[in-house]
Amino acid sequence: MFEYAPAPESRSVVDLKPSYGLFVDGEFVDPADGGSLKSINPASEEVLAEVAEAGSADVERAVRAARKAYDKVWGPMPGRDRAKYLYRIARLIQERSRELAVLESLDNGKPIRESRDVDLPLVAAHFFYYAGWADKLEHAGFGADPKPIGVAAQVIPWNFPLLMLAWKIAPALAAGNTVVLKPAETTPLTALLFAEICQQADLPAGVVNILTGAGDTGRALVEHPGVDKVAFTGSTEVGRAIARSVAGTRKKLTVELGGKAANIVFDDAPVDQAVEGIVNGIFFNQGHVCCAGSRLLVQENVADRVLESLKRRMAQLRVGDPLDKNTDVGAINSAAQLERIRELSDAGSAEGAERWSPPCELPDRGFWFAPTIFTGVTQAHRIAREEIFGPVLSVLTFRTPAEAVEKANNTPYGLSAGIWTDKGSRILWMADRLRAGVIWANTFNKFDPTSPFGGYKESGYGREGGRHGLEGYLNV
Amino acid sequence: MTATTTSARSELSELGRSETALRTFLHGLPGVDQVGAEQRAAQLGTRSIKTTAKAQAIDLAIRMVDLTTLEGADTPGKVRALAAKALRPDPADPSCPHVGAVCVYPAMVPHVAEVLRGSAVHLASVATAFPSGQAPLEIKLADTRAAVAAGADEIDMVINRGAFLAGRYQEVYDEIVATKEACGDAHLKVILETGELATYDNVRRASWLAMLAGGDFVKTSTGKVPVAATMPVTLVMLEAVRDFRAATGRQVGVKPAGGIKTTKDAIKYLVMVNETVGPDWLDPDWFRFGASSLLNDLLMQRTKLTTGTYSGPDYFTLD
Repeated sequence: MFEYAPAPESRSVVDLKPSYGLFVDGEFVDPADGGSLKSINPASEEVLAEVAEAGSADVERAVRAARKAYDKVWGPMPGRDRAKYLYRIARLIQERSRELAVLESLDNGKPIRESRDVDLPLVAAHFFYYAGWADKLEHAGFGADPKPIGVAAQVIPWNFPLLMLAWKIAPALAAGNTVVLKPAETTPLTALLFAEICQQADLPAGVVNILTGAGDTGRALVEHPGVDKVAFTGSTEVGRAIARSVAGTRKKLTVELGGKAANIVFDDAPVDQAVEGIVNGIFFNQGHVCCAGSRLLVQENVADRVLESLKRRMAQLRVGDPLDKNTDVGAINSAAQLERIRELSDAGSAEGAERWSPPCELPDRGFWFAPTIFTGVTQAHRIAREEIFGPVLSVLTFRTPAEAVEKANNTPYGLSAGIWTDKGSRILWMADRLRAGVIWANTFNKFDPTSPFGGYKESGYGREGGRHGLEGYLNV
Repeated sequence: MTATTTSARSELSELGRSETALRTFLHGLPGVDQVGAEQRAAQLGTRSIKTTAKAQAIDLAIRMVDLTTLEGADTPGKVRALAAKALRPDPADPSCPHVGAVCVYPAMVPHVAEVLRGSAVHLASVATAFPSGQAPLEIKLADTRAAVAAGADEIDMVINRGAFLAGRYQEVYDEIVATKEACGDAHLKVILETGELATYDNVRRASWLAMLAGGDFVKTSTGKVPVAATMPVTLVMLEAVRDFRAATGRQVGVKPAGGIKTTKDAIKYLVMVNETVGPDWLDPDWFRFGASSLLNDLLMQRTKLTTGTYSGPDYFTLD
């Protein structure tokens, strides 16, 4: 046997302080009411740092700082000068990418292989990409001289803490807005390191403000009357509440919510690559991906062969220490999320679906869930309808392309879909009929700053990325 | 072997009787998505193999080397020196394992055989009008028989790429069958020359064709055309031998050859073997590296691991 020796990435590149304040008006400040939260490492349950919990007085202060910066500095600044700051931030992210990647893995639980090879390169790429737009907005297709909106309140989730920050902050700043961003309560640390990078880049005070905290902080922020634009990524439930609170105000809103994507494998698919795509679709980032391919629709005549290959491949997945460079699947982000994954998986078994996981040893401490597939799933099962947001795949079969489309679309969500076939015409035929914002053909979970991302139906509205991503931050 | 694989095996052995059956079968194999295959190979290349795992991998890689010289300028003296090195790659360290085989042209086989006699190092000879294969079948078979008679116990043949690309699968198949027969007890490695086959679909089809015709190993390249072994090509071949064993119960080996020069590269290949076909193939009987300069880098890294310092190139024998 060829056993890989442990290959841990060093933690020493990260210099964690015991506690962090809020980042308001260019500096770290203590919260007005002194509340705090602990951010833990989900792989060990060790406390990493204490962070402030912003209350309504802090929100007030941050929004005021953002307004001032918008009126006096960032709004009037020529696009080419805003671009300089964004390029500078992008380069600093690249320079400090190892530190950011290690911290992201520590705080989130995702494998270092992903934070190093996927998250961080994409984060830098987003800043570079939107830096390029800052002085070219009149060519973006929104009129001769499109104006920014003002102060943007941005609330982001815990699954890609830094990447979601980049998706929000880069286009907002490029378009001339200032922001108040609230990272998720379980993963605030890389956003605070990003605040340090803003200082290092000499970004004018108040252009970026970071308020840590939980749901109440987020609510106070999006409901603040001084906010012109709200951008949210997270659960459909919270997205609905935000839409209600914003309704009837002048605030513009974009939301990117949940998903239950179908990954559709036809009988002429390249099997080995399709299996890789299935694995990447659902086990990437422990399945904590809103566009995860959580429903596998496989053509009945190849279902056995595909499942056999899939199980063999799953047995190769290395679950464990997120900082080990050979880890494929890391820790579940929080106890609450683990509980939800367990609850839905148990419902799957109780409803009669057949559950399978490869033999794999899970660490004693921390939050862990083995990669799992359910076969014999029907459209009526909860695990085929509800977003699990974990490493759990539901397998369904179909016989004809029309049936595949019907099943794929039979969900209130519509964020993404995957098609696996050697036939180009079928890819186009399917893509025309699938109601999903992103459709991948013979690949899955591919992201690029030039490509717009967003949903249909209850997966949200608005697009992030690409030229389209500017629209949500321009007064058009 | 189960009843199903026995019957599958006899069904598959019927395929060689008709051009149509061969074509239908080979073109019915699942396709290979180029982007996906290359991505998977690249991902396997990011594994971090350190300390004990690295030491284990280096020794395994040394045992898998087919130490090769295939030059017009080869002389008896040169190949004897190479054979001596195959037996004791690191004269300063008796714990260093010997390599898998020495691989030479047929004319050089007797000289190598003298040195290797009685050892566990195999003697491989290229044959069948290597590297182009552009000779009448009778000459290719005579080439093979001569190499075996001179002492080779492994034959590295080349397939008829012209016939393969023209779609004359029967002809390619029959040549492999005939060469296998000419080999007698010697093991047959079938060189696909993947650089000339161009697509991964072709690599998969050629691998199956070679296995159906009785090849004991499938090998990527001659090392004589610009594109030799690559990770994705080897990945596709590993998937083919894995699927072939699942269908027939017969295990076939894989040999990437040409272009693998560093320990780092060799370890990437071993990781790929480990995660694609599993430990059954992590053995010199089932996986080989066709290489020459690779061995010295393996030895240098091995010395570095045991002593903690890098020795200069002068501390390792030149071939």
